[in-house]
Amino acid sequence: MQRIYRVGLMLLLPMNVGAIPADPLNSVQWTTMYNRFLKDYPVQFDSRVQVLAPEQAENSMQVPLAVKVEGLQAIEEILIFADFNPLPKVLSFYPQQALPFIGFRVKLQQASPIRAAVRTADGWHVGGKWVDAAGGGCTLPSAARNSGVWESQLGQVQGRIWQQPSAQRVRFRVIHPMDTGLAAGIPKFQLEEINLQDATGKTLAQIKPAEPVSENPIFSIEFPKNLPLPTLHINGRDNNANKIKAELIP
Amino acid sequence: MKLFWLFVSSCCLVFLSLGGDAAELNYQLTPRQLSSDTYVFVGKTEDFSFENGGNIVNTAFVMTSAGVVVIDTGSSLRYGEQMRQAIAKITDKPIVQVINTHHHPDHFFGNQAFKDVKIAALPTTIEDMQREGGAFSDNMYRMTGDWMRGTEPLAATEKLTTDSLSVGDHTFKLLVLQGHSHADLALLDEKTGILFAGDLVFYNRTPTTPHADLAKWLDALKQLEQLKFTYLVVGHGEVLQDKRAIVQTREYLQWLDQSLKASAEAGKDMAEVLQTPIPEKFAKMPLVNFEFGRSVVHLYPALELAALKPAS
Repeated sequence: MQRIYRVGLMLLLPMNVGAIPADPLNSVQWTTMYNRFLKDYPVQFDSRVQVLAPEQAENSMQVPLAVKVEGLQAIEEILIFADFNPLPKVLSFYPQQALPFIGFRVKLQQASPIRAAVRTADGWHVGGKWVDAAGGGCTLPSAARNSGVWESQLGQVQGRIWQQPSAQRVRFRVIHPMDTGLAAGIPKFQLEEINLQDATGKTLAQIKPAEPVSENPIFSIEFPKNLPLPTLHINGRDNNANKIKAELIP
Repeated sequence: MKLFWLFVSSCCLVFLSLGGDAAELNYQLTPRQLSSDTYVFVGKTEDFSFENGGNIVNTAFVMTSAGVVVIDTGSSLRYGEQMRQAIAKITDKPIVQVINTHHHPDHFFGNQAFKDVKIAALPTTIEDMQREGGAFSDNMYRMTGDWMRGTEPLAATEKLTTDSLSVGDHTFKLLVLQGHSHADLALLDEKTGILFAGDLVFYNRTPTTPHADLAKWLDALKQLEQLKFTYLVVGHGEVLQDKRAIVQTREYLQWLDQSLKASAEAGKDMAEVLQTPIPEKFAKMPLVNFEFGRSVVHLYPALELAALKPAS
């Protein structure tokens, strides 16, 4: 019986593989990533989804990364993952009122594709880039753990809003060690949700960071020029129920 | 019986060819003479690689009446050993003093080959060698592989705390500067007029910034620019008789400083800053794209933070 089951599985497998679009980055992890994150919707590789990152990471714990999407409408989610990270999911961004752009830094455990999958009504649009890295980014203790002075500043926010010709640019930084749980003896401790809200409490955009987002993350996002932003409220929490609460004034 | 000898000789061949591979890890260090008693080994203007084995740095030696002074020891034990052999071909005087200009691995990882000699550096440099040597070593093994075999960081032991150092008939003015690293030593040989600037000056090789403080570095360059010298031995790049290298290093660092500050003030994300176009003037400097990208990671975090305000 078991043997029949196996034969059946072997017959099915090539058909499934055939349905997955070929990976332009030639990553052996692509099928696994597809099945883990993308398989519920149609998937296409799309050059309108741009991932900005260096060819080579100078610091595996702080690899700069930005995702820019041009020409896709009604974006529901921007999902970012790194194929070869032990915890591949990096972050989900729900732009809502925001423009489809996000920048921050990521921890890389080794050389890996970094991908952005943008979900619209017709499925996932995927862009990505290989980044070479010396590695260790996910399994090393955060710098805060070594310095030991982070506790008094946990959750503090610094930020600024810029009026640029084509957008309102917001940059903010949250003090948080963002421990992955993979460094020996240090449990997972990370920001899980950041909501950007207006004065009435309406959410304008939502960021859901996962473990690979770098320590003391600094995010860049954009809102359209015509969105009134007298104040921007940043409300979030980590997995230990610590609250993040701050207000930015342009 | 014939077969047995065939077997033995083929084993010897295998052994010999293995030996040949090991002998190929030769830096081909060729001393260039600057004066009757001063020579430099000029490295390639590249990044560390399996091909160059870390021979990307300039090192030097000065033959004084009391013995030889070595300035920087290269990137590995093997480099130090081969440097010592190359010096022995020029002079049979003993090596009496080694000086490390700063704590970066390509300038002191050859120290092991000179462990019977006094090895001196600035006090801060010695602390940094002790603290960061291990991490540097991991990185150097990763980037140059077998060239590093047997290399362990050996920090300098003698602290330089005076403003000059006399060895035999040579007196070196010691300029205690900083900016490329936390402590950068430049030496002006008062007898020959040769200035050894360490990594405060690069020429036709993009400056590196992993421990840089650009304001302090620019200040150090201002001081070096005021000196009279016959030759300027830079840390990386050709040895010249004029100030072109100082000017080029200064202009690049000024552009780097200004462009990163402007990006931070404009609210750019670090990944966007990596896309900054390199001005024409620097575009042909070896490794400029690579080193600019590294510098963004080193220097941008402090600048972008300074552009943010505490939230209420």
